[in-house]
Order: sequence, then structure tokens, then C-alpha cells
Amino acid sequence: MKAITRRGFLRGTMQGAVVGVALPLLNCLLDENGKAYADTGQRLPVRFGTWIWGCGFIPELWIPEQTGNDYQLHGHMAPLQPYRDKLAIFSGFDVKLDGVPNKPHVTGCLGLRTGVPVPDYNVKAPTLDILISDQIADTRFSSIEVSTSGVQRSYSYRDAGSVNPSEVSPLALYRRIFGEGFQDPNAMDFQPDPRYMVHKSVLSATQEERRQLMNSVGAEDRARLDEYFTSIRELEQKLALQLQPPAPVENFVMPDEPPQTSLDSEMENVMENHRLMAGLLARALQCNQTRVFNVLFSDTASTLRRAGHSDTHHTLTHEEPVDPALGHQREVAWFAEKSMIAWREFLDALTAIPEGDGVLLDNCLVLAHSDCSIAKSHAVEGIPAMVAGNAGGRIRTGFHMAGKADPISRIGLTVQQAMGLQVDRWGVLSMETNRTITDLLA
Amino acid sequence: MHTDSRNFLRVQNARVRARRTGIFLGVVLLATVLNGCEMPVDKAAEPEAVGGPALLRRLTESQYRASIADIFSPDVPVVARFEKQLRSEGLIAVGTGEAGMSPFSVEQYDNAALGVAETILSEDRRADFVPCTPEDEQTFDASCAAEFIQRYGPVLFRRPLSDEQKVRYLEVARLGAAELGGFYQGLQYALVGMMTAPQFLLRIEQVQTEKNADGEAKEIQRLDAWSMATRLSYFLTNSTPDAELLRAAAAGELDSADGLARQVDRLIASPAFEAAVRAFFRDMLEFDLFEDLAKDAAIYPAYNSTVAADAQEQTLLDIVELLVEQKGDYRDLFTLSETHLTRALGIIYQQPVAPRKGWQKTQLSYQGDRVGIQSHISFVALHAHPGRSSPSLRGAALRKVFLCQEVPDPPADVDFSAVQDASSEQMPTARHRLAVHNSQPACAGCHKIMDPVGLGLENYDGLGTFRSQENNVRIDASGSLDGIDYENPEGLGQALHDHPETARCAVEKLYRFAVGRDTVWYERDYMDYLINTFASSGYQFPELMRTIALSKNFYAIAEAPESQNHIQMAGVTDPERNPL
Repeated sequence: MKAITRRGFLRGTMQGAVVGVALPLLNCLLDENGKAYADTGQRLPVRFGTWIWGCGFIPELWIPEQTGNDYQLHGHMAPLQPYRDKLAIFSGFDVKLDGVPNKPHVTGCLGLRTGVPVPDYNVKAPTLDILISDQIADTRFSSIEVSTSGVQRSYSYRDAGSVNPSEVSPLALYRRIFGEGFQDPNAMDFQPDPRYMVHKSVLSATQEERRQLMNSVGAEDRARLDEYFTSIRELEQKLALQLQPPAPVENFVMPDEPPQTSLDSEMENVMENHRLMAGLLARALQCNQTRVFNVLFSDTASTLRRAGHSDTHHTLTHEEPVDPALGHQREVAWFAEKSMIAWREFLDALTAIPEGDGVLLDNCLVLAHSDCSIAKSHAVEGIPAMVAGNAGGRIRTGFHMAGKADPISRIGLTVQQAMGLQVDRWGVLSMETNRTITDLLA
Repeated sequence: MHTDSRNFLRVQNARVRARRTGIFLGVVLLATVLNGCEMPVDKAAEPEAVGGPALLRRLTESQYRASIADIFSPDVPVVARFEKQLRSEGLIAVGTGEAGMSPFSVEQYDNAALGVAETILSEDRRADFVPCTPEDEQTFDASCAAEFIQRYGPVLFRRPLSDEQKVRYLEVARLGAAELGGFYQGLQYALVGMMTAPQFLLRIEQVQTEKNADGEAKEIQRLDAWSMATRLSYFLTNSTPDAELLRAAAAGELDSADGLARQVDRLIASPAFEAAVRAFFRDMLEFDLFEDLAKDAAIYPAYNSTVAADAQEQTLLDIVELLVEQKGDYRDLFTLSETHLTRALGIIYQQPVAPRKGWQKTQLSYQGDRVGIQSHISFVALHAHPGRSSPSLRGAALRKVFLCQEVPDPPADVDFSAVQDASSEQMPTARHRLAVHNSQPACAGCHKIMDPVGLGLENYDGLGTFRSQENNVRIDASGSLDGIDYENPEGLGQALHDHPETARCAVEKLYRFAVGRDTVWYERDYMDYLINTFASSGYQFPELMRTIALSKNFYAIAEAPESQNHIQMAGVTDPERNPL
């Protein structure tokens, strides 16, 4: 059979001929390890994501007593027992401030994600999800951000003026991914839509003025214009993907359109929105719509509320008295535990999808973290963090490591390395590190 | 050259002074004192223009929508989800000069463009928008396509198309027609191309280089006529330049004072002017925060999305009536005793509203216990907790929004636990609870700035309903605003009206809004000029906008000697930007 080139393929298509028949991916097409396609040797993609919850933890109910492999999950971590071996738990790693004022709930979160503590939202370096997506994204969306508590916020920053905004509604998320422009990877016949080709050439034409425009503005604006042109380029690539038959995906089932839900910060609504969005995200990862995601379960200054109560999780951390019998804040503990249950449910969603000889989670690396350790004092020392999944065999899990006040940038550095980035040093001043967490790398 | 170096030194010294001032003025109140040491200036005439950098600004969501409505038709739907806009130096307008363009935003602009183009070139609508008829709908008609591109390109780009651009979009139309089998399909994608181009989505300001007698480029340049028209139009109508303004720009009429004045007066007299005033106050009053505002349904069952929308509209209606229709005194916004209400708002204000639908002009309160826009739901509910009021949030917001005074963030390690038990019998009101809080020295400094002002609004609960008691104890709403004592909310309104910073802050914010950047230290003479003109007009807001639109400084361009030009007026520095 004559080889089909992309160009020839497109030409054929544009003349109206029906080309391209994609077959569902069958297990028999995979090699014995289930890690790669048997005929091409192409590996299953490794995905990266972050999962943020706000207002830290109650240390005595979270930190495992033992370090190393023989650790026990207790207290608020008990719900995660099914994932004990697929989690690496990090306690005692610090954001080092180096005298930078600690903006409550912001400096810790962005410090962890950029390696550079800042006194406000003006990040001085991209967040690590951007570094990773720049390296690995070859999908329809370079990344997908969701926020499940009704708050339009995101901690995915290319620079201070450029945030990747979060989807707050499951329905909007569904329509963006699975609505117009989505191609069922296992559809029996593939017919590229010539509109995509014309649309793509329109965007390519826009690039023609790039150089002239870039020369007409100052340095700072040049960076912003550059971002515009890069985003346009990304859209072109997305359209180019639409012109090729999608790679078949085993076990893919088109998700149902979710109902309209209440988008507020009341806990039960948040849990429901989170479940829906986690399910959609898992399906999107499965069929290669994106390889990078960021989930904001609750904002870092958490607005979560119990129905009928006036105080938010965040205000309670400051204002609720410590229950003398318990030794901690009773209401705050409720939110802290719910946050870990939500994290378990997120891992459930990634586990529900079989992939190769395992599940989707095995081919993910998810970094879960908060913005502070003890929210009452906004402490950025010992921010709780976890890594879940096995990144297609690139990382090892099933241990608890005490950071002993090491810079938390060690986690960010190692995660980047696990995702294949050539980086040997990350962060600035006291946050600068070249110390890989070797326990995590397989 | 001598003048140049003197100017340079003057600027440098000013910067050093500003920095030093910043060191001593971490706390904002002293800003007021500084106003006493103005240099003597000719108050009537505009000082020599100093200008600022040319900017690259994103259209705001409302500007994008208004531009599409004006260029095509108000009934053309714009289907896109605009991301949350970046706020910088207190204004989204300043954020437009710093915001990037994420893949998400480009994706949304692209969706909007596809939707608009589909509508415009649909069988039903194409006759309204395409100025010619092709020979044959199935094939490409170059001259008709060129006519279409010439009809919409220059209005979308707010300047004439270059020859390359004309050819580019013509080629897109040709390709589209060939591949998709129809002339109008080709036009559709040519339009998508123009609507996703940087020249439409971004206001890329360009400078007209002027030379002095020696043939050297002058230190202070001016925007070119098209960029002038664009700045002017978005400032005075919050939308794209109309055909008449583009004509005047092409004819060079904006170069002359008379020609510029004709356009400025025309735009101020146009119906679109109201949209500009609304856009400014939406931005100044931070109404975008309503998108994230949550109220506890069990405590405030009356709050819903209708209330949120009506509350904003109520304030804007009052503002437009006083400032635009009555040409009233800006400061009277804080002492207004009348307002506009809907039934949904009437429930919260505890006022009868006759019409089932729509608005009724009414007293803001029949007991005289509520005056001014700072007592509206749009302020007191926006700056409160989900389930209760907050004197501290309200006080901080009132200073920031109306007086341009920044209150620093709380220290990171505060212990509030003893304080905020709203059901405590020993501390029945917020005043009692905050008094305990303020016994901690680390907190007292800032709370002294915020709380006395916020306590003046304690008669309104977390949603804005009037109350005279909290936990069965009478609420004491007396306080003091920078030396002006008051007994009740009415007194607070008067204090705000009489505060010297009130008008100055409005001027500063309006100018920043107009130019899309922070004011810089060496613009202080110009700011004084604006403030004096504002005062002598009786604080008429449209007059102030007119003064800015006619001033040379508004269009003057000087590249900043350093990028960090965030020093604010009146020696107030943002402690977050300048930790020293």
C-alpha cells in the first residue's frame, strides 16, 4: 500500500474523498507489558497535574508517624488508605522566604510552584506546570485548569500578567472539551472538516506580521505580543490535529453531559462539582485532549462553607477557638478532612479508567499541595505535599519523607526531572536547589 | 541639551525624594499632609506635557462587546467566555496594559470571531453587511471580497489596512471560497482573520515622530492620529472610534486644537458617553468582584443573582443621573439621599417599590439613616463576609476605592481566635470585638486606619439591610475620618464629601483609567492642573473628562527612563511593590 503522507492525505480530503478509517484500540495491539503499542512501540503518554487544596492541615492528624516505606496513614489521611502504595507523602519541606513578606495564602503557594517566593501575585518565574507543559504538550489543549469551589482563580502562571484561567462549571468544562471540535478517537470513519484547514491558514496568515509588530513595541510588550503569537500558534496546532484521524484509545467511553450545578463554595456542592470535573478531566486525559492539568479544589484562602454557617474555612482557621478536649479546631478539622476525602475521590477518578495493563493513574504524576502548613499563622514551613501515580514507571511511591526544613523546591525540581525536563537546578536564593529527591525517581 | 539634562536631574531627584518619602510614609494617612506643600503653579493653564510610554492594551470585555456592537450591530451575539480581568494599581484599565494572552483567551476570542462571522454572513443577514453582491455565490469574486475587507478592516483595526494586509485577507477569502465552495464562506474566514488579529484585540499605540529644529527626535512625542482617536474613543465612549472620528483622524483634524475639541464635544454629547462613565465606575468600584461574591443563603436568603445585578445597576443609575444628566458635584455621590430601586432591592432596603418590574426613583431611606453610594448594597455587601458585616474590610475598601489610600496586608501570623466570636455576650458588637483585637500592637496600626471608618457603616448588615442593634445592643456608628468626626452614617457621608482626597482620588483614578497606566511622579503638575480645573468647574465629572481629553499630556509619549515607574501621586507608595 502506498504510504500516506500528511500532505497527500489532506489534499485527498479536500477533494471530498473520504479517507481515514480508525479502528478502536484493542488490547491485542499493545505489547506484552501493556505500556506501549505493539506495532509502533509508542509509549502511553505520561500526564502531569497539580491538585491544590487551601488552608493547610492539622499536623497531628495528617503527618504519618513513621518515615520511609513502612508508614501508616491515620487521621485525615485514613481515607487515602487504598492509595497508600501509590502515594509519596512529603512533610516538613519549607518555602524559604529570604525576607520576602509573606502574603497570606499566596506566597507559600506560588513559592512552591515557581521556586521564587513573592510578596503578592506578581510571580517572577513561570509555575512548574507551565514549564512541564511547554515541554510535553502536543495535544489539543496545552493544559486544562479547573476550580471546583466556584472561585474564578488559578495558580498556573506564565508570568505575572498571564494566568491560565480555571473552568468553574462542569458543564462549561464538558462543552469545551467534548463539544464542538471534539473527535471521537474510536469513530469508525474519519472525515476531516475542510473548515479546519481554512481556519488554520487564517491563523497562519496572522503570523506574517509577527516580526514587524514585535519590532514596533518595547521589551515588556514584546514578551506579551510573543505570548499572543504563541497562543495563536497553539490554536493552529490544535486545528492541525483536527485534520488527522485521532489515535484510537482503548476503553474510551464518551462521557455524558453533566447537569447544570450550583457553582458556589458550599461543601456538598463543591464535592459534587469536583467529582464531575475529576471524571471529565480523567476522560480528557485518557483520549489525549491534554497532558497537563491543574485542579484548584478550594482556593488557598479557602472559601468553603458548611451549609447554613456564616464562616468560611479560611475565617474559621483564624477565629475558631481550639477545642480543649480535642486539642485542635473542631470545625477546621472537618474541612481539612473533607479536603483529603476529595483528594481520594480525585484519585478514584483517575483509577476508574483502565489503561494498558493498569489504570490511568499509573501513567500520571499528580502533585497535590496546599498553600501553608498551619493556616492560623499562615506558616509556609512544612507545607503538606503529596505525589501520586507512577508516571508510567518513572517514579516510585509508597513512602513518607520528612523534609527536615529542606527547601520545598526540591519537590518541584524532582517532579520536573521525572517529567523528562533537562533541569538540574531550580529556585532562587535559599530556595535554589540541585538536590533531587532520589527516593522519588525510579 | 541643557534643558534635557536638567529635566533628567529633576526627574531623578523626584524619584529619590519619592523613594525617601515612601520610606517614611508606610502609613497612608500622612498623604493628606503632603498636599499642603504644592509648588506655586499657574492653575489655569496646562503645564508642559510630560507624557508616558506608548502602551499595548488588551480590549476589556465590555470594550470588545461594545466594539462588535458598534461595528456590526448590537444584536450580533458574542459567544465567548472572557477570563477574569487583571487588576493593577486598583484598576482593570491599568491591568489591560500588563495582561498577557493565554491560550485560553485566544481560544475564546477565536470562538467569538467564528460566531460573529457566521452570523454576519448567514443567508439571513449577509445583505445587511456585505456592501456588494458577487457575480456567482459559488465562486470567488475578488472585487466584492476586496470591498468587504475594505468595509470592515479599517474599522476593526482602527486604522487603514496596509497593502499587505489587504492582500492577506483577500487570499484567505479566496482560499475559503475555493475549499468550502462558496463566496460567503470565504468572507467568513477573512473576517475571522481580522477579528483574531492583534490589531483588533490589542490597542497597539503608535507614535508620530516629531523632530525639533536640529532634526533630532523630540524628547516628548505624540501618538499618531489613529492611536489618538483610539485612546479618545475608548475613554469617552468605551468603544471603538466611529466613522466620523476615523474621518477626522484621516483628515489630520486631530492635530489642531479646534478639530480635537469638535470631536471631544461631539463624543461627550453622544449617547455613548454614558457607557464610558459607567465603565469607569464599574472599574473603580470593583464590580467584577461580584462574580466571586457568595452570601450564605441561610443567613441572607434575599441575596441572589438578580440582587447582585440590580445592586450594581442601582449605583450606576445614581451616578449617571447625578454626574451626567444633572452635571452635579462629584462629591455629592457620598451624600445622595435619593436612589433607584427594584423590588428585589426593596426587600433588602426595607422599602416599598411599586412597579413589579423595572426601577423606581425613591428616597434612599425615610429615616435619614442612609446616604450616598458608599451605603449601597453594591459597596457594603461587596466588602463584607458571607455571613456577617466587616468594619475592617469596609474601612479598607472605602479608603482604597474612594480615597486612593492603601492599607497594608495584615501580618501573616495574627492570632484572631480570641476575637471574632460573634455570639459572645461580653463582646456583642463588632466595635467591642475589634477593640480587643486592637489591643495587639501589630494589628492596631492598620486597624486604626480601617475600623473607625468601617464602623460608621455597621448599621448595615453583611448584605446591607439596616439594623440599629447587634445582639440586642445598640450599634454605635460614630467615628472619625482623618480628623472629621461624625455620629452616624449620614455624618460619614458628609466626611467623605468634605475630605480633600476625595476629589483628588477621583481625578487620579480617572486619569489612570484613561491612559491605562499608573500616574508617575513627574506628572504631578499636570495632576494638580486637573484637580484645580475639576474644582473650579464645581467638580463636574464630564468637565473633568473633557479637560483630560483636550490636554496635550493625554496624548504625549515619553519613554520611561526605567521600567519601574510605579511611584504614585501624593507620595503614597504601595508597600507591596516597595518593601523598603
